[in-house]
Amino acid sequence: MSATFDKVADIIAETCDIPRDNIKPESHAINDLEIDSLDFLDIAFAIDKTFGIKLPLEQWTQEVNDGKATTDQYFVLNNLSGEIDKLIAAKGA
Amino acid sequence: MRFEYFQMIDRVVALDIAGRSARSICTVPKTSTIFEGHFPSYPLMPGALLLECMAQTAGWLLIAMNNFNAMPFMAGVKDAKFRTAVFPGDELEIEGSVVHEGSGFAVGEGKGRRNGKLVCEARIMYTIMPFPSPEFRTALFEWAERIEVPIKELTK
Repeated sequence: MSATFDKVADIIAETCDIPRDNIKPESHAINDLEIDSLDFLDIAFAIDKTFGIKLPLEQWTQEVNDGKATTDQYFVLNNLSGEIDKLIAAKGA
Repeated sequence: MRFEYFQMIDRVVALDIAGRSARSICTVPKTSTIFEGHFPSYPLMPGALLLECMAQTAGWLLIAMNNFNAMPFMAGVKDAKFRTAVFPGDELEIEGSVVHEGSGFAVGEGKGRRNGKLVCEARIMYTIMPFPSPEFRTALFEWAERIEVPIKELTK
């Protein structure tokens, strides 16, 4: 498991009061962990602050609504962690 | 304050986009039907309305930061504190700030003072949405002018 995933899982556990052991890399934030859009804002805020990035939630939502992406691509935690890693790398580039 | 319109700010006295801060003056009306219920023979400014004062102050800052094209809607509140009673006729200076700009959301903070003493504070989550209609934008501009938001300077 990546260090990014571990931090994201800790954030979700603390923000949404979900037992940490229930949060797996393959968990889908919405479908499996039942995190709603409002709680996800708190998570996004914590992720932005923790990693010094800005999760492009509006862009992701638009892509999903347009059928250009699936929610799995952004909300399965392993994939979310990968997206965070990309944003961190882009920031340092 | 115009309780009946839920417009809490009398005037915006400072709005600093670069500094992510704003200040407003909110004077509690001396009379209102609200005080007949809250509370009979002991009128107090409701904490929920103090929260709205803070939300609107940071909210106007967010509107300006979004070039008067998007509206912040209150989506959550954390760490709200109402430290002392606020009474009809009290003049409050409200400080609003934006501590984080996310994608489609923002986090603000508000603090209210009476005679320099802190009376309330809160952290507020907003979702940021495009104005729902041209009419909404027009109405918002009229509201902004009434409370002295320096809209012409900010939209140059």
